[in-house]
Amino acid sequence: MPAASPAVSPAAAVEIDGLVMRYGEKVAVDGLSMTVDRHTITAVLGPNGAGKTTTLETCEGYRRPQAGSVRVLGLDPVRDRSDLLPRIGVMLQGGGAWSGVQAMEMLDHVARLHAHPLDTALLAERLGLGDCGRTPYRRLSGGQQQRLGLAMALVGRPEIVFVDEPTAGMDPQARRTTWDLLRELRHDGVTVVLTTHYLEEAEHLADQVHIIDRGRLIASGTPEELTRGSSATVRLVVDQELPVDAEAALRTSVDRWSAEQGVGVRSISFGSRTLEDVFLELTGREMDDDDE
Amino acid sequence: MTMSELDFAPRPGAAPLHRQVVAQARMEAKLMLRNGEQLLLAVVIPVMVLVGGVTAGEHLSLNLESGTPLVDIFTPGVIALAVMSTSFTSLAIATGFERRYGVIKRLGSSPLPRSGLLAGKVLALLLVELLQIIVIGGVGQLLGWTPKPGVLGVALAILLGTAAFASLGLFVAGVLRAEATLAAANLIYLLLMTGGGVVLPLSAYGAFGDIVRWLPSGALGEAMRIGFIDGGVAWRDLGVLIIWAGLGTVLTARTFKWE
Repeated sequence: MPAASPAVSPAAAVEIDGLVMRYGEKVAVDGLSMTVDRHTITAVLGPNGAGKTTTLETCEGYRRPQAGSVRVLGLDPVRDRSDLLPRIGVMLQGGGAWSGVQAMEMLDHVARLHAHPLDTALLAERLGLGDCGRTPYRRLSGGQQQRLGLAMALVGRPEIVFVDEPTAGMDPQARRTTWDLLRELRHDGVTVVLTTHYLEEAEHLADQVHIIDRGRLIASGTPEELTRGSSATVRLVVDQELPVDAEAALRTSVDRWSAEQGVGVRSISFGSRTLEDVFLELTGREMDDDDE
Repeated sequence: MTMSELDFAPRPGAAPLHRQVVAQARMEAKLMLRNGEQLLLAVVIPVMVLVGGVTAGEHLSLNLESGTPLVDIFTPGVIALAVMSTSFTSLAIATGFERRYGVIKRLGSSPLPRSGLLAGKVLALLLVELLQIIVIGGVGQLLGWTPKPGVLGVALAILLGTAAFASLGLFVAGVLRAEATLAAANLIYLLLMTGGGVVLPLSAYGAFGDIVRWLPSGALGEAMRIGFIDGGVAWRDLGVLIIWAGLGTVLTARTFKWE
């Protein structure tokens, strides 16, 4: 970690301390604390309704914390809004463009609001928007709209980008391309904060993962730390689909094996240990459960 | 790597505010002129009202104010109508859908401050109004319009009329959903066009004219006619527009939501 004066250039890109956000009766964020290190890709992982977007929007200055504090690049996103906004890039979950505006027109417009924008033609090409530059926004596909949203977040050459569900609705190919781009950003010195409910995305892409559920932080660490666990794991990978009674048969065999070896088996899971398993252990619920 | 020229290394910064405002104004004016329905409202309807009003009025030997040719009365009124259609109806509809589509939210995280967004909108309105005045004035000339404009009176009528109607338009767009804004803004436009003293002078309304002159539409129409026909400054009507602008600003400031 580079030594730096905290007031001028804090080591952490984002510091959230005891954040509370309510919508009427509903508590969206419930005493959340977390930090994001500079020059990392940090994933905020959780199911729908966990409070991810609300947390991001307080970092972007859209919402004032009802309790606790949020600092981005050492600045208060509400009070220091005009100083902070030029330094951050924001990709919203959807929308954000006039329905009749052409894709390149929109990107060029956002570029003109910045002092040293990226070359919009190159950026559009890199994001695979080269062929739809003159297409009105409303006629772009969902994936094209997503990529234009990402381009708008990047064009001002920000120090930190907040991307809300960047690959939602993308096909696997486009998802890989977007991941590569986010890695390139990190390589070039940009801090990336993304929300996702795709475990795979957090696992493959992020340096640091914060798992949140019902507005609370329930685990933090690198994907390796989170998936390692404290006990030994035996993995059994088979080369074909299993017949229906395979699970019961395996349990019988494992019981015999564990008696012979004198070890207790904590769990048998089919599939690999993933962040999904971590989430399940911590919350007792599946990621995809929609509890609303 | 095929695109090694693209370097994401941070180099943040806002463009100078005046450049951001001009960029925003250009974008908004372009979108307004591109939209077919808005163009109908901005140019086609006013020109139809002007041509129809003048030819029908002459056919009926209509005499609104003795000694003043009909086209000299109608053209300033239709210019007032055009200002109203742009700064009220078009602005309200555009802003309503900007909220719906998240455009205002998106721009809210860009370097463009809210004051800059507002300034850009006003500049775009004035730009579109200038084009409308050129077209309507040209058609008026073809119909024999001979204006004797007073620059101050006309300029104040346009600026204060825009301020009053724009603040009211933003109020409507801020409290209603996009579809309801579309309906309300068009309905109010139609009501004011026919009964609001914009195109026809107050004298055409008889006793009802005393009420109509307190409407923003009647005040704008009168201020524009006085500015173009006599070259005068209609202080009283401009005062009415200032009051409406103040009211609209307070209402908008209290209720407008950027998302």
